[in-house]
Amino acid sequence: MAKIKANKSSAANKEGVLARHGVSGKLALELMQDMLLYRRYEEKAEESYAIGKIGGFCHLHIGQEAGAAGVIKVLQPEDYVISAYRSHTQAIAKGISPNAVMAELYGRVGGVSKGKGGSMHLFGRDARFLGGHGIVGGQVPLATGIGWKIKYSGESLVCVCFMGDATVNQGGFHESLNMAAVWELPVIYVVENNEYGMGTAFDRVSKTEISMRSVPFDIPASSVNGQDVLSTFEHFRNLTEEVRAGGGPRLVELRTYRFRGHSMSDPVSGTYRSTEEVERHKEESDPIAILRDQLFAEGILDQDTLEGMDAKAKTIAAEAADFADESPLPEPGALYEDVWGETNAHGRLFFDGRRT
Amino acid sequence: MATMTYRDALNEALREEMDRDPDVFLMGEEVAEYDGAYKVSKGLLDVFGDQRIVDAPISELGFAGLGVGAAMAGLRPVIEFMTFNFAYLAIDQIINNASKLCYMSGGQFKVPITFRGPNGPALQLGAQHSQACETYYLHAPGCKVVTPATPADAKGLLKASIRDDDPVAFMEGELLYNFKGEVPEGDDFVIPLGVADLKRPGSDVSIITHGKMVHLALQASDKLEGEGIKAEVLDLRTVRPLDVEAILETVQKTNRVVYLEESWPYAGTGAQVVSIIQEEAFDHLDAPVLRVPQADVPMPYAKNLEALAKPNAARVVEACKKVLYR
Repeated sequence: MAKIKANKSSAANKEGVLARHGVSGKLALELMQDMLLYRRYEEKAEESYAIGKIGGFCHLHIGQEAGAAGVIKVLQPEDYVISAYRSHTQAIAKGISPNAVMAELYGRVGGVSKGKGGSMHLFGRDARFLGGHGIVGGQVPLATGIGWKIKYSGESLVCVCFMGDATVNQGGFHESLNMAAVWELPVIYVVENNEYGMGTAFDRVSKTEISMRSVPFDIPASSVNGQDVLSTFEHFRNLTEEVRAGGGPRLVELRTYRFRGHSMSDPVSGTYRSTEEVERHKEESDPIAILRDQLFAEGILDQDTLEGMDAKAKTIAAEAADFADESPLPEPGALYEDVWGETNAHGRLFFDGRRT
Repeated sequence: MATMTYRDALNEALREEMDRDPDVFLMGEEVAEYDGAYKVSKGLLDVFGDQRIVDAPISELGFAGLGVGAAMAGLRPVIEFMTFNFAYLAIDQIINNASKLCYMSGGQFKVPITFRGPNGPALQLGAQHSQACETYYLHAPGCKVVTPATPADAKGLLKASIRDDDPVAFMEGELLYNFKGEVPEGDDFVIPLGVADLKRPGSDVSIITHGKMVHLALQASDKLEGEGIKAEVLDLRTVRPLDVEAILETVQKTNRVVYLEESWPYAGTGAQVVSIIQEEAFDHLDAPVLRVPQADVPMPYAKNLEALAKPNAARVVEACKKVLYR
């Protein structure tokens, strides 16, 4: 575990942290395995990007893994998740295979969107992962519509909508919260506050805290330590059941920090944030190290087991990269496929000279 | 056949499609208790209730996106914009989401949603409330664009649009709601998207047009007839999918074309049609294709300037004579 440093602040908790959060040892180990996978997976994506296997924009979730693991673990398979463009780990957490996600990053036909979406546009209809959206805040009205569908059809489901902190300054966010409140829609709006919208610190462009942003709509807001996966899980377990039972929408701030640049083309530190700041966060608030220390203290995890779990994570990530590498590029004929959901015999929809 | 207004034809289409499919709902500003700003949804709240006829806040971006999300999750929303002038606020949801989701998801998510409302200049409403917006929607692949000119077309095409699995911008003529016409009866009266309609046959010159301008084209063709010129009026009805065959057929028949539209000329629908004609029927042309669009200015308020900005029958007649070298 060379890269996962000890967390000095989370000493052994004699009260029993698992009992306190109502999390079983088995589940805690699953969360650890998930987060290790997300970390190693993103590191693999980083490596593949560096050698030109992945193109375009690529936004990594390293440092923020507890949000994907702790929130999505709570959900039922039929529940919906929708997100923005830092969503590789969330897509996997919701049930899309790591292979299909990596192949999508590689732009290959084995990708979950057949290579046409890319890193920012992961979709899984069967997994009920509804993207993967590249415009800041563009997914928030969609989540509201998914909530509308759930209520319209009388289903006992929830929709979790992830977004970054900068999204709360978009108009569509406020329009959505208002409508969700008026119609009491089962949507949990989750703001992953990693402190920076790209290179702009949240408080430089925001007058009020995130948890204040739902006050005008009378939507209960809460804030949770998004680096502590057990706290995150417990928080969302309770909240999701309230929403599922008809409690209406919720806004949650997940306080987190990104250990890499905004995207692969962005330096980790040096301009808008200092190297010291990043190093301090990596030292003190690495979600994997926090859980590791908790589970060591509980006596349900030891170094050997952890290394075994980490090796498993690395294997899955490596296999995903191999799968992506071996998956063919889309056929040129795929260029014009799936633009339209329905074509008929009439009129011309395309202007490549074809008659369809 | 029943005679009814364009407005009532739309109302009947909505009513029949909502009866037919419980996944269809109507959301927009003033659609429920107020019966719609243009009364298109009159009486529907009483029939279908407030879960299916839904008054939205003035949040065009928000409720357009809500419709897109609901469509992804399996419903078949009809989103009314009080006018398409206000849909600019929602264009990110229409173009970046609704129109691209099927492609971006590798075909996993269809988006069966109809965005509908009045479009096109009205009378002295000024620049922000008087404009034809169809070009914005037909430019991007993934969105179908429908512009009915008559009550029958309004009904048959709205039913087709609601049943279609793609996003459709269904653009009604703001000044056509009271226009009366014959409408075939029955639930199965559906006009497929992508089929143009020859509103008047002729042999000397073709006026190709869409939407409200069909009526202006007919007026111009009346005038031309008085001068012994037989003008053919081809109504595209949908501008995407585009009935290219019908366009080529009329070009081959008359060899002279005027494109009439109420939106701006720059990269407009007419520009696309002209491009197709010169690519695919160049040898059939006896004259350059002329366009009669709105003047390339924001709509002025002053009555005289407004009249100068809009296409009118005299300008169409003049263009037709010009392509006939008369």
